[in-house]
Amino acid sequence: MGREILHCDANCFYAAVEMQRNPDLRGKPVAVCGNQEERHGIVLTASYPAKRRGVKTGMAIWQARQACPELVVVPPDYPEYMRISGMLREIFGSYTNLVEPFGLDEAWLDVSGSRELFGSPMEIAEEISARVKFELGITVSIGVSNNKITAKLGSDYKKPDAITRIMPNNYEQIVYPLPVEDLLYVGPATSAKLRRAGISTIGKLAECSEDFLSRRLGKMGLVLKTFAMGLDPTPVHPCDHVQAIKSVGNGCTAPRDLVNDDDVKIMLYLLSESVALRLRELAARCSVVGLYVRDCELASFTRQRKLQEPTCSSAEIAETAFDLFKRNYHWDMPLRGVGVRGSELVDTTNGVQLSLYADSIKREKWEKIDGAMDRLRHRYGYLSIQRAIVQTDPLLAAVDPSQHTIHPVGYFAG
Amino acid sequence: MEERRIRKYVPVTLRVDENGKIRPLVIEFDEQHKYLVDKVLDVRRAACQSAGGVGDRFTCRIQGQETYIWLEKGRWFIAAKPEYLTPDEAESKPET
Repeated sequence: MGREILHCDANCFYAAVEMQRNPDLRGKPVAVCGNQEERHGIVLTASYPAKRRGVKTGMAIWQARQACPELVVVPPDYPEYMRISGMLREIFGSYTNLVEPFGLDEAWLDVSGSRELFGSPMEIAEEISARVKFELGITVSIGVSNNKITAKLGSDYKKPDAITRIMPNNYEQIVYPLPVEDLLYVGPATSAKLRRAGISTIGKLAECSEDFLSRRLGKMGLVLKTFAMGLDPTPVHPCDHVQAIKSVGNGCTAPRDLVNDDDVKIMLYLLSESVALRLRELAARCSVVGLYVRDCELASFTRQRKLQEPTCSSAEIAETAFDLFKRNYHWDMPLRGVGVRGSELVDTTNGVQLSLYADSIKREKWEKIDGAMDRLRHRYGYLSIQRAIVQTDPLLAAVDPSQHTIHPVGYFAG
Repeated sequence: MEERRIRKYVPVTLRVDENGKIRPLVIEFDEQHKYLVDKVLDVRRAACQSAGGVGDRFTCRIQGQETYIWLEKGRWFIAAKPEYLTPDEAESKPET
């Protein structure tokens, strides 16, 4: 007996929540946008009337206003979105324990075992749709299929407030004509590669030879082919399933453009402190330090380096990131933001392979200093102790990198 | 769409029983109008379509009439007709 998977996607989630609680906004072009003063002024979600006028997620506010002058801009209220998202998951959870959230507004449900209790997958989907409308005042699109990827295609197929069932008997008819970009994990880079090879639809990808795809795209090519054929075997991971953390990173858009090495150094220290803190909380050290740089025209690159020995010292992470930066950036343009990431984590509780040559005494001292700072901040607040270098620029020092709430999620579980 | 109502937050007198279950006893619309809740007929999660808001909706019988009152994030509100509100309240303001 095959699986029965639903993918539920709350339509224009942030905008829908705002329109629900403020009826005056309903039917108007609404965009929930980040804070302009902190320079996060982009469209996070747009309502359907706004989308029809050409407002897209990710646009700067001024671009959105150009496309649609009557646009109503609303600031985001994440606690409210999380409250509604929690209630959405409660509804999902009353039909199956196998609920895998994908961000705040999407989730997969495996209802294979729920048929005896709640009826056919289509009946469950209709009930969920009706309950979400009544209880939360927003709408969902639901895709019903026998695997996660096809279910997601189904929920994207017709919006808003719709249910689409895609099964082997109508699979080719519905899915094959769709553009390859509709598949999860076909981003701009992969799409360009596929289109260059003449693969523009999911159907063409499904019919393409494995040999050709693995030559062009490596092992991802084969994964994408199984996605395109509707044969994704990935199970629905329930939300209490904790993914193994593979890396710890933090990046942010600076309150002002960064124009010289000193600015970057301050930001890297601030970010490294939060990365190191999270590593210590996980009782882990990182063997690789990565750097992410974004200039004011939003072009970005990443660089990484393997350390001689794993570390969780903020100073060492910051110095490595700064060195990577000096070697790789030549100030063609001011920077908008930077990020630091520690990856290839090792468990500190198991002991660490020591190097014969590296200066481990110095490293231990730095880690003790970090630990003392953690305790001070825990008791007296984040600003109770800071590095002197940070104080050279009060504007940048105001960044508190521990204030992060939304994490991006990946599809492939660890 | 339903008739437009305004969310009016109101003081409520509650009874909490030994299991922690709560029941509204008196709803204070304003100084002059305090209403006794005769019976709570139903409690369920519901969105308030006419005035906006999502929470636990209590269906109450007050003076023989059925009416809804919502509990949202610890505050109670009713969906009031604009003509019963003071001009100040009637001006719909974005939620804080």
